[in-house]
Amino acid sequence: MDSLAVIVARRKRQDKLFGALGIACTSLGLIMLVVLLGDLMYQGFGRINWQFLTSFTSRRAGSAGILAAWVGSLAVMCITGLTAVPLGVAAGVYMEEYGRKGRINTIIEVNIANLAGVPSIIYGLMGLGVFITLFDFGRSFLTGGLTLALLILPIVIVATREALRTIPVHVREAAYALGATKWQVVRHHLLPYSLGGITTGVIIAMSRAIGETAPLIAVGAVAYLASLPQPAPFSGEFPFVSFEWIESPFTVLPILMFNWTSRPQADFQSNAAAAGLVLIAITLSLNAIAIFIRYRARRRIKW
Amino acid sequence: MRLILGNAIVRRIGLPTLLLAIVAGCSSKGGAGGSGGGSGTSSEIKSGATVTVDGSSTVFPVAEAVAEDFMKSQNGKVNVTVGIAGTGGGFKRFVRGELDVANASRPISADEMKAAKENGIEYLELPVCFDALTVAVNPKATWVDSITVAELKKIWEPGAQGTITKWNQIRPEWPDKPFVLFGAGTDSGTFDYFTEAVCGKAKSSRGDFTASEDDNTLVQGIEGNEAALGYIPFAYYDSNKAKLKALAIDWEKDTLPATLPSLEAVVSGKYNPLSRPLFIYVNKKSMTDKPHVRAYVDFFIKNAKPLATEVSYLPLPDKAYEMVLERIKTMKTGTAFGGVPEVGLPVEDILKRDPKS
Repeated sequence: MDSLAVIVARRKRQDKLFGALGIACTSLGLIMLVVLLGDLMYQGFGRINWQFLTSFTSRRAGSAGILAAWVGSLAVMCITGLTAVPLGVAAGVYMEEYGRKGRINTIIEVNIANLAGVPSIIYGLMGLGVFITLFDFGRSFLTGGLTLALLILPIVIVATREALRTIPVHVREAAYALGATKWQVVRHHLLPYSLGGITTGVIIAMSRAIGETAPLIAVGAVAYLASLPQPAPFSGEFPFVSFEWIESPFTVLPILMFNWTSRPQADFQSNAAAAGLVLIAITLSLNAIAIFIRYRARRRIKW
Repeated sequence: MRLILGNAIVRRIGLPTLLLAIVAGCSSKGGAGGSGGGSGTSSEIKSGATVTVDGSSTVFPVAEAVAEDFMKSQNGKVNVTVGIAGTGGGFKRFVRGELDVANASRPISADEMKAAKENGIEYLELPVCFDALTVAVNPKATWVDSITVAELKKIWEPGAQGTITKWNQIRPEWPDKPFVLFGAGTDSGTFDYFTEAVCGKAKSSRGDFTASEDDNTLVQGIEGNEAALGYIPFAYYDSNKAKLKALAIDWEKDTLPATLPSLEAVVSGKYNPLSRPLFIYVNKKSMTDKPHVRAYVDFFIKNAKPLATEVSYLPLPDKAYEMVLERIKTMKTGTAFGGVPEVGLPVEDILKRDPKS
């Protein structure tokens, strides 16, 4: 029999070992990220300038730019966000607050959890079948945005439900005790309180969507596009705002990068790296905005 | 507990939903392919007209170069979009009438011809430039400068898998080293063409080689291995000449000596059977009804030579471009191949045939 001291010492050793392993794993991830960013910076930073951001793509690596692609990425994200967030939040609220717990609800829950893990190309094929063949939306911003919206919908729903669950039951009970209807409870209490959690889910979902390539190729994103969405969304003439641009052909940053990396000329590789940096910058700024919203929302909550 | 910002945001969630409803309401059809703007038969090019192009990613660099300069020449009046759905994916859309132009790295197949006929799509088959497959080895492989097509077949045929693994099994004077093979991904037109030309049947190939759709990966692989042998499109060899060594190809079916891939060799028809013509297929109705499509195709053929050269592809002989322009003038529709791909055919012979649909 070992003495108590020996056993304790051994367990402490194991504890330290696990701690070291944990640090190693964490730093591995961080090192990867630093190497990746460093490599992109090294290859692409020199290419980022005003001309690169404001020109269309070209066969000449030196004069090629990413204008159509970054505008396309942002426009597609707008459509995706405007569709997936309201739908996802509404579905999450329904399932958490209104829906009766029962077999059907369980089936829906399991399916949504599974949907979150379906490969993205499958959503692309579905987009092709539903939005292009059935609804005849064409190979357009609308189709691209809606396809990605379907892709991230499960993530938004799950995040909304998780956020709602973290709100203590007594908040709901207190509100009901004061005579609030279900809708009033949801609108004045649950949604504001869960805003932080929902925003986090939306950030993760949008970050995933902005990097997608495969489903957008399936729904016909083009590789060469040298025009901005037509017609311009805002104009001087009545009715000032037009949504017709959502029917024009589109491209996005990951598709341009994919195309550039497969070119034989080495200069296109640095173009692709530069486009990657811009994509990361867009993702990070979307995240920053969302984190700011979450911070403001959390600061106001005092239970 | 007042939540001003939170409330404001929740209130705003209503607005996007509303917008979306409006958007969905006004999104009529007509988005399909975006090839609007070409109604009527006027020969005037309308502002905002679109030429919709999709298909082979091999043809893409040439099509992109043409689109870029064509749009400049039209002062931004015409839009050209070029997709990379692949030759098969492009034809699928083309035979449904969704495209004005399909880029193709192989002739239209019998199935695709049938579908086009059923949908009443008539088309012009226009060769635009050559692509040459380069058989490349590591520069350190000093023992080999040329290879015959029969030897290539011995290496690449399906039966070679697992049994033919060393250089000296091909030629006794070559070293007793195992070779490492690199080739195109099995979904690419490059794979189809190489296997057709070398093994006699498309897609008939051994499976134990490093396959990649990304030709840069193949270049890196061959560069990094002394015993490597692989086949890549000419443009990738042309841009990496310092890292790779091309082999001269000796075809037993012609009397020419072994030929290295080069501009002159391909254009004069000496680099066989590994050079192939690339095509564009043009919807005849688009050609007659949409002046901007006609202008695009004319521009393509007239500028194909300098533009193809610039992006490391190989232009057709001048005579062939004249014949292509003649075909546009006479609007002769159909294909010269009857749905069956052929290897090592001079492009003038292809153009001399009477196309049939």
